Amino acid sequence: MTMIDLDIRKRLGDFALDVSFSIPGHGVTALFGRSGAGKTSVIAAIAGLLRPDEGHIRVAGRTLFDARVGADVPIHRRRVGYVFQDGRLFPHLSVRDNLLYGYRRSPLRNRRITMEEVVALLGVAPLLERRPRDLSGGEKQRVAIGRALLAQPEVLLMDEPFASLDAPRKREILPYLERLRDELRLPIVYVSHAIEEVVRLANQVVVLDAGRVAATGTPEQLGERLDLRPLLGEFESGAIIDAQVTAFDSQFELSTLAFEGGVLRVPGRAGDLGALVRVRVRARDVSLALEKPAAISVQNIFAGAVEEVFEDSGAYAELKLRVSGTRFLSRVTRESVSRLGLVLGAQVYLLVKSVSLDHETVSTVPGRANGGLRHGD
Amino acid sequence: MLTEFELQALWLSLKVALRSVAFALPFAVVAAYILARKRFPGKVLFDGVIHLPLALPPVLVGYLLLLTFGIRGPLGGWLYDAFGLRLAFTSVGASIATAVMSFPLMVRAIRLSIEAIDLGLERAAATLGASPLDRLITITLPLMLPGVLSGCVVAFAASLGEFGAVITFVSNIPGETQTLPLAIYAAVQNPDGDAAAARLAALSLVLALSGLIISEVIARRARRMLGGAADE
Repeated sequence: MTMIDLDIRKRLGDFALDVSFSIPGHGVTALFGRSGAGKTSVIAAIAGLLRPDEGHIRVAGRTLFDARVGADVPIHRRRVGYVFQDGRLFPHLSVRDNLLYGYRRSPLRNRRITMEEVVALLGVAPLLERRPRDLSGGEKQRVAIGRALLAQPEVLLMDEPFASLDAPRKREILPYLERLRDELRLPIVYVSHAIEEVVRLANQVVVLDAGRVAATGTPEQLGERLDLRPLLGEFESGAIIDAQVTAFDSQFELSTLAFEGGVLRVPGRAGDLGALVRVRVRARDVSLALEKPAAISVQNIFAGAVEEVFEDSGAYAELKLRVSGTRFLSRVTRESVSRLGLVLGAQVYLLVKSVSLDHETVSTVPGRANGGLRHGD
Repeated sequence: MLTEFELQALWLSLKVALRSVAFALPFAVVAAYILARKRFPGKVLFDGVIHLPLALPPVLVGYLLLLTFGIRGPLGGWLYDAFGLRLAFTSVGASIATAVMSFPLMVRAIRLSIEAIDLGLERAAATLGASPLDRLITITLPLMLPGVLSGCVVAFAASLGEFGAVITFVSNIPGETQTLPLAIYAAVQNPDGDAAAARLAALSLVLALSGLIISEVIARRARRMLGGAADE
């Protein structure tokens, strides 16, 4: 079933929003794009905080807005959870009363997510009696997420929930979001301009540019599209590889991951044996050689072929390479491309340093629900 | 310590001021909400009318009240005929006069606190399933409480001190309309009244100071309760 079916147009001063996409089923959809691309406007329209000039919005088969028939469900009846960029906890209520604000207003028959589940999932038990002003930024965001969940929404919208957080806080919350994604089968639409988050969390991505949809697809599909490179200014390009943990070397603390075309060795314990993981190999971490180097520290060396060369106006070029059934991206200087004669079909060796694959780039695979909470079957 | 006459003036002042705040508060909340949140043609005029008592001479306000609510005035006559209620020359009338005079001060304080509320909080409440009325009661009203409290305190203090409008509308009747400032005025008019005036003035001073201290304590507590920056 189509979870979200959206087709809207809206003029905001000089800015014209013209966005249309549909999202199938559960999982995380990332709205990705530069600031000012219209990401927040899209989820604001889904929530009813922004009224489109034309078009329609349907969530889980329910029409929330349709300009042709004059349908416009009021915000408080949309059942759309919204996690704001700045949290927006109610300052005059305790954390407990903040969490229960939406829950108390939800009809009994809709109550699937309980306080106990949310408290456990987000680890907010010690905070319940506190006031929002006594919370850290990361704690505030966790409470804001829990508050939205407890209102029993049919879809959860998140507007850059990490934008105001520093890197350690982000690392603190990302695992909670992964659990949300996997344990509550609740569709999530997530606004972000940080590719690391998108790749880690998203099942599908909608790329927005200047108020329009520039591309849609899985992170893997979009990561391979070199033509999107100029568009995604902040896009740190790289290949996304789904792999399985096959061994762990406890002496050297290295995990072995098998993927279609070879094995990758990465530092630390990437997961339990047999676990599926997603590895993001950044283009700048892939070096190229014409001959297989011997006596070298690099652990991961693969034979491959050049599939596409994309030279931008600066000093760099980006290459798409095929290693058996898997594609990698490599970012090298244009001078190297010329010197090594890297044209379409050229045979090369890919060198990937293990240390470039850390916990920032290795994560569990989205959408592998493993029991636990269920929502809206 | 205090003479019966002084106690009477003190008690009457407190009564008149408290009742005045109670009269003005509901109207002030509505007016402040409209001024802070609504846009409509003629808003400037509405704003002007509300602030008029600040700009008019108090004597004129008292005189207008007398014309309107006096026993022969259009509203006063009707009130007397229909309910036997007389405002001119009564302590209730004194409260009306002080309520009108302090109304703009109360509205200003409440309006500021409404304007300081982040509209995003009400939007967040809406996404959580709260209807507009629900949002008003559970989010907006509690968050404007500090402004309501400080508006009440300012209006109370202004009512204690109001002279011109009161003496014009309800005259200077000991035990009925003679509040502290009016009692001081009467004492000063009396050639032998210097000592009495001094005692009444001291009483006024103590009253005003304790009122201000109490209001500050309440305001601080309210801000802390609302998670504001009271101790930062």
